[in-house]
Amino acid sequence: MVQFSAEKLSKVNEIIARYPAGKQKSALIPVLHIAQEEFGGWLSAETMDYVASLMKLEPIEVYEVATFYSMYNLKPVGKFVFEVCQTGPCMLNGSDDIIDYIKQKLGIKPGETTADGLFTLKTVECLGACGYAPMMQLGKHYREHLTKEKIDAIIDECERNAVTNN
Amino acid sequence: MGRKLLLEKAHVQDIRNYDVYRREGGYRSVEKALKTMSPDQVTEEVKKSGLRGRGGAGFPAGMKWSFLAKPEGIPRYLVCNADESEPGTFKDRYLMEFIPHLLIEGLIVSSYALGSNRTYIYIRGEYAWIVDILEQAIAEAKNNGWLGKNILGSGFDCEIYVQRGAGAYICGEETALLESLEGKRGNPRIKPPFPAVKGLWDCPTVVNNVETLAAVVPILNIGGDEYAKIGVGKSTGTKLLSACGNINKPGVYEIDMTISVEEFIYSDEYCGGIANGKRLKACIPGGSSVPILPANLLLKTAKGESRMMNYESLADGGFATGTMMGSGGFIVLDEDQCVVRHTLTLARFYRHESCGQCSPCREGTGWMEKILKNIEYGKGKKSDIDLLWDIQRKIEGNTICPLGDAAAWPVAAAIRHFRDEFEWHVQYPNAAQNRNYGLAHYADPIRVGAGA
Repeated sequence: MVQFSAEKLSKVNEIIARYPAGKQKSALIPVLHIAQEEFGGWLSAETMDYVASLMKLEPIEVYEVATFYSMYNLKPVGKFVFEVCQTGPCMLNGSDDIIDYIKQKLGIKPGETTADGLFTLKTVECLGACGYAPMMQLGKHYREHLTKEKIDAIIDECERNAVTNN
Repeated sequence: MGRKLLLEKAHVQDIRNYDVYRREGGYRSVEKALKTMSPDQVTEEVKKSGLRGRGGAGFPAGMKWSFLAKPEGIPRYLVCNADESEPGTFKDRYLMEFIPHLLIEGLIVSSYALGSNRTYIYIRGEYAWIVDILEQAIAEAKNNGWLGKNILGSGFDCEIYVQRGAGAYICGEETALLESLEGKRGNPRIKPPFPAVKGLWDCPTVVNNVETLAAVVPILNIGGDEYAKIGVGKSTGTKLLSACGNINKPGVYEIDMTISVEEFIYSDEYCGGIANGKRLKACIPGGSSVPILPANLLLKTAKGESRMMNYESLADGGFATGTMMGSGGFIVLDEDQCVVRHTLTLARFYRHESCGQCSPCREGTGWMEKILKNIEYGKGKKSDIDLLWDIQRKIEGNTICPLGDAAAWPVAAAIRHFRDEFEWHVQYPNAAQNRNYGLAHYADPIRVGAGA
């Protein structure tokens, strides 16, 4: 069953306290971020229902938010999600080649996950790193000035991390 | 060297830490405001400064503040718009990442002026690591008595909270931002009522961009009149520009709005010229939604005058021959770039980011993307160019929020100034798959008075 740890529950309460009494719905977006991190990197219907009951909201209020924002994954993703920017400024600096290289190297298309469940490739729209293009988001951080060599190194790094963490 | 007010200390080692920031003169404006000025006097200084909103629209900040309704017994809110998402724009990120206390300081002074006891920073979800930086700065400010109850014995209470979004360009529109802050989908609201009357949780609210609020610090320190002396005309003070694309030195620059566009592109102090020794073809000077200009109209106005990096000069000639300062996202295209392909990526962006509320935007952005894709990939028809023009015209002005306009303008300007490049794609689809149209006549000297 989906259930936050005591530590996460206190974090949720701390977030709710940032808003005036009765306005706990404002905490929904931050709480969904926590839920996604805690429960496998995506929001299942069960996870969303849990968040709804926790925050005393109707499930539909959670679904409509989860489906609106691009950072919430509505289906399972790999352990490492490559979110590669493809908007104008990145395109001017070769993002198309970077995306092609990742596709070929991992053998997947945007939106797909490798068979070993390690990598998901997502193309995304402008992440605000235009001066450091091409770029991608990996977890909490940005990887910038991407080259094919850097992609090789990032994939190696992820594979090593996957081994040490298991 | 232009005058620096915001980034003056950005390169001081460890300026991110409170002690260093304070030692360098930080939080003086809070002392000045809370100990020697009334809230209205602070607003008055901001009005005198002529500061214009730095998020893109350029509305006078002091005037926006003076619209804030102040009914008895109802809380008022200040919300900082850190949802920086306009392609080409990454200046707020730089400011928050490297000198976070400047924003916190500006927020405290501004909250005092507006009477906001709970102030929120709404930051785009992808800037996840910056949330930690800001929360650290807030905690340090609080530990040192700049936040909390009865700050500096003034009787003013204030807390600042950071709210992370979750990926939606539309939440940079102020009413969509407020919806999102209330835990809902980011659908813009119909105005009026404006947020100044009915904003966050139906209470009077001011929403300002990061750079705007940070600029309140130097305005208080040097005085509104002094600030207004910097720059030219109604472009007062300094402006952050984020430069990207095909230039030698992409990055964030602070300018005082008296330099020319040519100097900004070619001077080593700023962009350092076009990368790889190539020539300038086109530029979008204020974030992806403002009109793209070919090199000749970018550097000189239709009257043949040097175009300057300020609100008025960039807009000289209206949309026929001019553009806009916008958010300061300066995107440079060299001679080998394809304007059709670049416009396609922007059309895709706006289709992806349309909230879907208004039909002209929801449907129109998708149609524009599809047609541009056909033209770019050799399946375009000559009539498609007129069709594109027609669609963008029917989106503009027909939507609740400015996203419709923002989606329409890049397509309109690309056709207006680069029509022959579009026609070439349609006429020679095979050639267009193998090579680019190139610089063509886009950098030729303009005939003065032509096209205006």
